[in-house]
Amino acid sequence: MVVQQQDEQVDRGRRVVNWLLGSSLAVLFVSIFYPIVKYLVPPKLAEPMTFSVTLPWKLAELKANSGRIFRFRSLPGLLVKTSGGELRAFSAVCTHLQCTVQYREDRQDIWCACHNGVYDLNGKNISGPPPRPLEPLKLNVRGDQIIVMKG
Amino acid sequence: MTGVRITAWLEERIDLWPLRHFIQKKAIPVHRHTVWYYFGGMTLFLFGIQVATGILLTLYYRPSGEEAYESVQFIMTDVQFGWLVRSIHSWSANLMVLTMMMHLFSVYLTQAYRKPRELTWVTGMLLFGIVLCFGFSGYLLPWNVLSYFATKVGTEIAGQFPLVGQVLMRLLRGGDEVTGATVSRFYGFHIAILPATITVILGLHLFLVQKQGMSIPPAVERAHRGQPLKTMPFVPNFLLRDLFGWFVALGLLAALASLFPWELGQKADPFAPAPAGIRPEWYFVFMFQSLKYIPAKIGPFEGEVLGVLGFSLGGLFLLLVPFLDKRSASGEPSPLFRWIGIGIIAYIVIFTVFGYVAPAMK
Ligand code: FES
Repeated sequence: MVVQQQDEQVDRGRRVVNWLLGSSLAVLFVSIFYPIVKYLVPPKLAEPMTFSVTLPWKLAELKANSGRIFRFRSLPGLLVKTSGGELRAFSAVCTHLQCTVQYREDRQDIWCACHNGVYDLNGKNISGPPPRPLEPLKLNVRGDQIIVMKG
Repeated sequence: MTGVRITAWLEERIDLWPLRHFIQKKAIPVHRHTVWYYFGGMTLFLFGIQVATGILLTLYYRPSGEEAYESVQFIMTDVQFGWLVRSIHSWSANLMVLTMMMHLFSVYLTQAYRKPRELTWVTGMLLFGIVLCFGFSGYLLPWNVLSYFATKVGTEIAGQFPLVGQVLMRLLRGGDEVTGATVSRFYGFHIAILPATITVILGLHLFLVQKQGMSIPPAVERAHRGQPLKTMPFVPNFLLRDLFGWFVALGLLAALASLFPWELGQKADPFAPAPAGIRPEWYFVFMFQSLKYIPAKIGPFEGEVLGVLGFSLGGLFLLLVPFLDKRSASGEPSPLFRWIGIGIIAYIVIFTVFGYVAPAMK
């Protein structure tokens, strides 16, 4: 009888030790992996909400029925001059999987080569996989200068 | 006689018996599907070439947005035989994916994944995933236009995963966009993280294969009604055949690498439109082509998300097939799983061909 009781006590003691060992190991691993995982996620860079750029081309340089890519913040933008002479600006980032779109002079539309997505000149997605229209940008023409802003 | 003395010297220090036993006893079953046994070893051989040429490339390559393209250009034009080393690295990568796929699907169709080889199959599928990650991360490193857009689309696809997608995408890109930071990061994956992982899993895979011996297709087994099959000794009969295959592969590689040196293309420019006819590496083309056909919206879901989920489920199915295919496990014929396998192969082949033919038809 006495012996069994002792055994039970030893068993309980062992379970407690095992539990303590196990949970402290778990805590140790979490405290090692947590900073590693956090380290791997790159820090967010603050970006201003509004932004404007002056394009490197003069208004007079642009032909009708043409499109040009420009640098808008860290992303490409697209400036289109329609055959009617109207100016339009969009983000050139395809809404499908973010390839850079281009203006097609022969079809007068905006085309993404990656998966053959097509947008019309209002930026509306008209065929292929893009799910949304291109993001429009605001245009401001001052004299001969073209200024593009986030809407 | 030095050989004997060296063996004796070693024998005194370490027990060579298991090795000797292995060499004497390992046998390869001979039947009409024996040819498929070669593809695993072939993949391993090409992997060895990747390790060797990869190490050589690290000596000159510089992983940053400003220097990556230029350093590859330097390797190709200034370093003696640099073009050859890079070309072999690229060609061998492609051949390796090819032999790996043949290995995978031959194992699938001969149902070699069945009990007791479930773990061998699972480690094999993990290896397959790691090799695709090698391919994807290596593709960006030259920092040319094609690799830039391939990475952009590829990481964006990763970003489509529900819940974890956005974090995963930033984690892969090392920021919000594909930039020089992505190059450094992919380089880290390509030469440190992935090699470390593959070493462990490849070791496990090879260990299991040696432990369990070659699987005999159930159909062959049934045809023999329990009669023992003909075998050939691994050393030297099978090994010499293996070596012959590797020799041919080496010749093929040398020919491909020197006759069709791998192109470098134009330097990546985030402010240029995606070029017409853009397409990922051939082993991703079937997915790329499928994404083209999925409409933007299916009911309330984005087409992409469904596509990505579909492919993930397909991968998960392959990973778990030994546990799903109960009939093969008990040695019975399992036509359902055979047809699913054939269906997957047909899908991959057809969509790959489409990926190359369809743009030309438009
Ligand atoms: S990224 Fe533009 S159509 Fe897919």
